[in-house]
Amino acid sequence: MSENNNISKSKLHGLWALTNRELKKWYKAPTVFILTLIQPVIWLGLLGNALNIGSLFSSSSFTPPTLTPPLTPTQAMQLGQYFQGLQNEIMGSTFGTTSYISFMAVGMIAFTALFTTMFSGMSVVWDRRLGFLNKALSTPVSRAVIILSKVLSATLRSMFQAAIILIIAVPLGFQFGAAFTPINILGVFAFLFLICLGLSSMFIAINIRSTRIETPMAVMNLLNLPLTFASSAFFPIERMPEWLQAVATVNPLSYTMNGMRQLLINPTINYSDLALQYAYVGIFAAVLTTIGIVLSWRFLNK
Amino acid sequence: MSEYSIKAEGLTKVFNGSLVAVDHIDFSVKNGEIFGFLGPNGAGKTTTINMLITVLKPTEGKASILGYDIAKQNNEVRYSIGVVPQEYTADEDLTGYENILLCADLYGISRKISTKRAADLLKLVELTAFKDKKVQTFSGGMRRRLELACGLINRPKVLFLDEPTLGLDVQTRAATWNYIKMLKKEFGMTLFMTTHYLEEADALCDRIAIIDHGKIIVVGTPTELKDSLGGDIITVAIKKDVDITGLVEKLEHVKEVKKENGSYMIKSENGEVTAPLIIEALRKEGHVVTRLSLTKPTLNEVYLQYTGKSMRDAEESGDSLHAKRMMMARRRH
Ligand SMILES: Nc1ncnc2c1ncn2[C@@H]1O[C@H](COP(=O)(O)OP(=O)(O)OP(=O)(O)O)[C@@H](O)[C@H]1O
Ligand SMILES: [Mg+2]
Repeated sequence: MSENNNISKSKLHGLWALTNRELKKWYKAPTVFILTLIQPVIWLGLLGNALNIGSLFSSSSFTPPTLTPPLTPTQAMQLGQYFQGLQNEIMGSTFGTTSYISFMAVGMIAFTALFTTMFSGMSVVWDRRLGFLNKALSTPVSRAVIILSKVLSATLRSMFQAAIILIIAVPLGFQFGAAFTPINILGVFAFLFLICLGLSSMFIAINIRSTRIETPMAVMNLLNLPLTFASSAFFPIERMPEWLQAVATVNPLSYTMNGMRQLLINPTINYSDLALQYAYVGIFAAVLTTIGIVLSWRFLNK
Repeated sequence: MSEYSIKAEGLTKVFNGSLVAVDHIDFSVKNGEIFGFLGPNGAGKTTTINMLITVLKPTEGKASILGYDIAKQNNEVRYSIGVVPQEYTADEDLTGYENILLCADLYGISRKISTKRAADLLKLVELTAFKDKKVQTFSGGMRRRLELACGLINRPKVLFLDEPTLGLDVQTRAATWNYIKMLKKEFGMTLFMTTHYLEEADALCDRIAIIDHGKIIVVGTPTELKDSLGGDIITVAIKKDVDITGLVEKLEHVKEVKKENGSYMIKSENGEVTAPLIIEALRKEGHVVTRLSLTKPTLNEVYLQYTGKSMRDAEESGDSLHAKRMMMARRRH
């Protein structure tokens, strides 16, 4: 009974152990792991093509009316080129890129972050119900660490999934913008890190007192709707009806996606916009993580 | 250091503003003692433990573990206690070994020490062969043993066991008893346990508290509690239907005689001495004894006396209690 002095009394002990526990549930379960890889393929392949707005304007979908006298092959080709140019112009001015799948893929990345963080929020309830939380609370591990481990695991998972989405999107037609350099990837991960911090703190805060999953589920569904649709995931904000724009302009996911799009697919980067986007998402993350930690001190122990 | 490992004064927990789960309880547990907490479902046992292990905040009152206040010095408390909870709390998706190491990490125990301790503990609870299997595949008994190993990883001075033998088979239960005795003997650990098995409490606990409706009704050693019932019960039946009360009452150690269902219930301070005397006295008067049984009070009787759920009359013998239960069971069908 004398070896008790051989323990670290650092405030953060247990953080990696608890984070790794969450991650193991994912990377050690082959089906879950493979599903998280397949999911983006399905989303991109199906939705990306079904909603491929660009194809509406493509030359192949347009059959010129039979004219008299008929067009010479050169004229037909010129007309085709004209429509192609028109498509690119419309796409470029609407989505900031000529390929809708590129626009979508970035939305997909943000979505994955949203869902991953949502599930990490729900795992607080499971931990409470299955007694694991009580056990952890009876040990000297910091209450904030219990929350931070969930935030961190959701963040790491989202980052990994984002990388997968990008890798998969390239053969499906993803086009990097003219301003893209490999260093921008780091910037994308910085965005992801911040948004995951904020979102998972938010979802955990919603779940922190619950012993049942139903109530927080309803709250989360209510939140998810505006978070997804009033964002620039599928469509640029400027083209939305005004009331939706109002919601979308405060939605941190919009800032994340717009920022990531600047880094990945836009032809040029507007650095003052980018700074604003980082600041907005960063403040969101800081405020919600603080709230999450304060709540964990107050409410994890009933 | 003080003589007491656990001290509670006026400890109270009220849930949702109205449900009084634990109601101003006072008790203390001496160093190195095995203290049993008995009581019906919902009596407040787990709630008491959860307050002592700093998981629940008391609504009122205070308690200390090894002199550390559970509210103000909760981190010191957490370092010195181990917990084996009522539910299975191990992570199903991890292996047994990973679970133990996870517990060690929660205490900030360095990997060098924790791997060695984990190996020792796995051996102690006889799970070494299964250590790399996922907990999902463990049986109930294996899970309980794993919980025990997790609860011991930080070498606690005070160990809380919430129904440690719930749902275990006879062999595993016996093995668990042995661990518990060993922990007390070899490490001088103080143990606070709850159980519904009264014979287990009788065999293991140095002292017992019976709690009901959030209040402690009685505290004492198993012997004290049994003695408080006032002695052994002798049941006698004779052939002829005559009153022998007067005859038996005069015999040594007899405290009370009662006639019930055609037989006599005799309460004696010393059943072994009284029983032969009864037979002799009855024979002398020409009565034929058709049946005689001697029941020593067990904790069962004590428990039922104090919690009074199915029997308030402590004079009733085990037999008639059994009959009564059967009747109740039949009525339910
Ligand atoms: N988190 C909670 N919220 C509300 N009520 C609770 C909570 N936990 C326990 N209770 C109530 O407090 C009372 C005491 O419960 P407790 O779990 O302490 O009983 P127990 O003695 O451990 O019972 P058992 O033998 O069934 O384990 C019960 O009425 C229970 O319903
Ligand atoms: Mg209980």
